Amino acid sequence: MAETLAQNDFMTVERGSPSALVHLRGDWTIDNAVVIDEAMPAIVAACGEGAVVDCSGITGMDTTGAVLIRRYLAHIEEEGAAVLTGVLGAHKTLLEVISCCPPPAQTEPDHTPWYLLPVIQAGGATILALRSTARLLGFLGLVLIRLFGALFDPGRIRLVPVVHQLEVVGLQSMGIVGLISFLIGAVMVNQGAIQLAKFGADIFVIDMLGIGHLRELGILLTAIIIAGRSGSAFTAQIGSMVLHEEVDAMKTLGMEPIDVLVLPRLMALTLSLPLLTFYADVVGIAGGAMMAWIQLDITPANFLIYFREVISIDHYWVGIIKAPFFAAVIATTGCFHGLRVQGSADALGMRTTRSVVQSIFLVIVLDALFAIFFTSVGL
Amino acid sequence: MAAEKKPEIVVSVRDLKTAFGTHVVHDGLDLDVRRGEILGVVGGSGTGKSVLLKAIIGLIKPAAGTIEINGKNRAEMTAEEDRLSRREWGVLFQDGALFSSLTVAQNIQVPLREHFHMSPSLMKDLALSKLTMAGLELEAAAKFPSDLSGGMRKRAALARSLVLDPDLLFLDEPTAGLDPIGAAAFDGLVKELSKSLGLTVFLVTHDLDTLVRVCDRIAVLGDQKILINAPLKEVMAFDHPWVREYFHGPRARAAGAT
Repeated sequence: MAETLAQNDFMTVERGSPSALVHLRGDWTIDNAVVIDEAMPAIVAACGEGAVVDCSGITGMDTTGAVLIRRYLAHIEEEGAAVLTGVLGAHKTLLEVISCCPPPAQTEPDHTPWYLLPVIQAGGATILALRSTARLLGFLGLVLIRLFGALFDPGRIRLVPVVHQLEVVGLQSMGIVGLISFLIGAVMVNQGAIQLAKFGADIFVIDMLGIGHLRELGILLTAIIIAGRSGSAFTAQIGSMVLHEEVDAMKTLGMEPIDVLVLPRLMALTLSLPLLTFYADVVGIAGGAMMAWIQLDITPANFLIYFREVISIDHYWVGIIKAPFFAAVIATTGCFHGLRVQGSADALGMRTTRSVVQSIFLVIVLDALFAIFFTSVGL
Repeated sequence: MAAEKKPEIVVSVRDLKTAFGTHVVHDGLDLDVRRGEILGVVGGSGTGKSVLLKAIIGLIKPAAGTIEINGKNRAEMTAEEDRLSRREWGVLFQDGALFSSLTVAQNIQVPLREHFHMSPSLMKDLALSKLTMAGLELEAAAKFPSDLSGGMRKRAALARSLVLDPDLLFLDEPTAGLDPIGAAAFDGLVKELSKSLGLTVFLVTHDLDTLVRVCDRIAVLGDQKILINAPLKEVMAFDHPWVREYFHGPRARAAGAT
């Protein structure tokens, strides 16, 4: 009996001449892979300079086992020679499939050093923002050219999609726009009355409601709801058409995607957003009137008399004049991102998110510009 | 794994009924898959080939009937048994279903990470070995699925389904969307691997070439049942309008079936 140099459940290393003899046994399968792999350093050290590996004791083998045997041989060979003997017929094909060690290859993408990440991300985001703005402006120009072209050539305007979009973006969003405006009007009076009551000025809550809601809140809330509801829908609809190559098909059939997809949405939204804003104004004031009745005991009739006295029509116009501009921003951004979808369904989700975030951002920026403008012209 | 004796029938389906609402897909379906064979499942569109595959691997719950894999009834398994039993088979979905946020090598390592605690070097070695087995270049290892062609994605997915050394492999339309050369190469790969690894393969396909070149037996789905489950010659002699049209049509002649 030769001297045993190392031993575990799956192999025995014996001293032989000239080199060590390794007897493998048991199941060399994936279930035992962790144990067998962890034993490797000790076994390889015991082998010293080269070994004869005898596989005849192996009862079961799968490809993982074959990979492990190959790894053992490769590590033994670093010190000397390794010879494989006694391979059973059943295992021969497996070892042949896993015959050669794959050369080292990269399995993960390149990592950037952590200290560079913020710089790279900031730079990337800046470039992306600039490019995206430039592209959006370009797209806006393109849409405007097509739009004014269509005014001189009315045959290009597709009425049926316009009417359909009017229903979808206008009529069908009346529920949510109305509910939110009503609640905001009521909350404004409720909270405002509490604060103003401290000065005994709770009647001025009607001034606050009228100016705040007509000038800013009514239009802003409506625009934000529509950006979330219809802007995202524009991106998703057009984007999925791009993914299904419907837009390419349109181009080959001689249809201009901007005429077919963008203009109807733009027109419908530009028409319906002012109408929705008017509706939101009315419902919001009604909500405020209701709250004033409940909380401050001002009857709706008194509310209206006072309202007509203190709120000039200018506030209403200031609010409503912004609506078509916001509508154009929302529709253009939504359609722009829809047409820019590329590749996979992944990109569609990402574009939809970006479309909503960007259109809300642009609406608020535009609103701020309008506020400065109206203040400077004294409205 | 080879040490323990396993039943000769790997998959046994008895009296299977699957239905979506009132629409019955299979009714009283029986099917046996023998150890070591490549079984091709064919059938017209809407006969429920993919539904049958999904019912066997447990993605769809059958309305009635029993499904046994390796002699174990799927309906009577505990959750833990079910989880462990999933190691015994691999599935190749139609478009590969690789995880898009991981590289190919990481995709192949997912099952290893989930079931074992292996050293990174062994996992890498195993992933690269399986990649080579599936006939992919090693440069593909660090690429993302979106950077691969359809054929390469399928090979990568095949490598992932083989990484736990299953003895049963389910393939859902493996050659769909591949060009004829790529499809033929993939057929060859499946046949070669099943021989060298002793795999049992359950293969859903439309591809007559695959049926003729790769499959040992062919099961024809129709009328909510398996019409016939036999070698190609017997299936071709089978008297059923759909079978006759399928195996004696112009495309079948081109594939060399007749």
